[in-house]
Amino acid sequence: MAKKGQWVLIHRKVLEPSERAPQVPDDTKEVPLELWVKGFLQEDANIGDEVTILTRTKRIEKGTLLEVNPYYKHDFGKFVPELLQISEQVKEILFGGADNE
Amino acid sequence: MSKDMTYAAVMARRPEIMKKAAGLDFSVFESGSIAFDYERMMKEAGFTIEEIQKIQSEHGVGNTPVIELKNITALARKLAPKGKGARIFIKDEAANASGSFKARRASTAVYQAKKLGYKGVVTATSGNYGAAVASQAAMHGLKCIVVQECYDSKGVGQPEIIEKARKCEALGAEVIQLSVGPELFYTFLTILEETGYFNASLYTPFAIAGIETLGYEIAMQFREKYGRDPDVVLATNAGGGNLTGTARGLKKAGAQSKIVAASVDLTGLHMASDKQFNKKSFTTGHTGFGMPFATWPDRSDVPRSAARPLRYIERYLTVHQGEVFYMTEVLATLEGLEKGPAGNTALTAAFALAQEMDQDQMIVVQETEYTGAGKHIQPQLSFARENGIEIKFGDPKDEVAGQNIILPSHPSLIKVNDADVVGMRKSLIKNALNNYKVIPTEEDIEFLAKETNSDIEFVKNTIESLDN
Repeated sequence: MAKKGQWVLIHRKVLEPSERAPQVPDDTKEVPLELWVKGFLQEDANIGDEVTILTRTKRIEKGTLLEVNPYYKHDFGKFVPELLQISEQVKEILFGGADNE
Repeated sequence: MSKDMTYAAVMARRPEIMKKAAGLDFSVFESGSIAFDYERMMKEAGFTIEEIQKIQSEHGVGNTPVIELKNITALARKLAPKGKGARIFIKDEAANASGSFKARRASTAVYQAKKLGYKGVVTATSGNYGAAVASQAAMHGLKCIVVQECYDSKGVGQPEIIEKARKCEALGAEVIQLSVGPELFYTFLTILEETGYFNASLYTPFAIAGIETLGYEIAMQFREKYGRDPDVVLATNAGGGNLTGTARGLKKAGAQSKIVAASVDLTGLHMASDKQFNKKSFTTGHTGFGMPFATWPDRSDVPRSAARPLRYIERYLTVHQGEVFYMTEVLATLEGLEKGPAGNTALTAAFALAQEMDQDQMIVVQETEYTGAGKHIQPQLSFARENGIEIKFGDPKDEVAGQNIILPSHPSLIKVNDADVVGMRKSLIKNALNNYKVIPTEEDIEFLAKETNSDIEFVKNTIESLDN
């Protein structure tokens, strides 16, 4: 149960596939235009409920409750060994060779 | 009665919404035909260099250092013909508040919003400009909303854009994230209409004037330290504002430096495609924005864009994604400067271009951008790999955007390709005629000559060839 006043993430559809702009490519036309926004929950609710929030600019938004206390999950990704190879290569070209042994 | 919020109805209200949110009546600069008075718009709606310098120095913007990239220059000289290998410099724009040159653009836009009495600012951007507007809005005590295109229909977001959202939120802004599609503009209009906030567009004269100090500083810094202007100023090009503002600032300083644009080649990827959205590894600085905005600037979110890059571009170079990732690693490992990849597009072009130029010549790459989780070569390559993009060493000329990223197997394989600038000039003229559907007046022809950095004869010949 999420409590009134908690910081939450909601989601709603802005445009159904049938309402999309005429110039949109075909693959994009098959899916709705969706929106995600965060704010303070205006009533106690469960995940998946239709809720109202008050955003940072004090706007009212309505949508489906997705997360309570949403946090960032982006990071530095998995190791990319090629980057180390580039580093080794250019150092060798510039500073390597017999003079540097 | 509540307003009609359908796509068509909101788009039809676009002129009135934009006028209210722009703080500027663009109609006074119009001729009624293709031409409009660009210079008068920049003069009356923009700011003088002195005014901008004052605004920026009071808000953590400008006077960024110029750093000579001695090791990268040395590497280029190892690969260049004898006597070739120009000195390469970089202007460390990541040192601005908010971490990119976009702080310059936001400083004047948000200053204007405050001066005109708006309570808040709204901007539509997935790029560094969002953080820039959020940062300046925080300083001025204004509310800020950033509207981003962020996710595909599976809810998968570009790590780079998610990081930019984080930064905007850290600076106190409200971030509205959308799935792929040009109807972002529809949502943007509904927010402007609802809030009555200022449209902190990337393309107003206020925003572009804010970048003029970048070019002006380059001229002043080079004269003071090296006794003359740089031979070439290389700007990463997307919407055209960076290049336009920098070029105008250089001209205001009386500099004769050659203005060269650089973009990542994303030919073949559709920018509004849901399925292709996460197949690209650059969200800006690429040809998907660079070409359409250069050949038709008024596709932007203001009636007349102040970013008109073809007025200034003398040469337009494209590079591949793999080459930019490579040079971003080189910048870190040889120069000790860890920066975001998109800003290094021009650096990559500079590395190849320097090898065509004499050793006593100087190239300045006019920006860097901040880096961090998501917005860094490591997560961006990792994300590409997870999305089925093949990453391998080879010859970058074999790269196919959306299928693979080819890291050069040797730095000598980093090359620039010349985009067809003459063809782009012709496209602009064609687009102008198609959009206005008028018989061009003498004024229009003079205007198009300026728009394309060409002459009246070129414009007339182009129009004639279109008629046939």
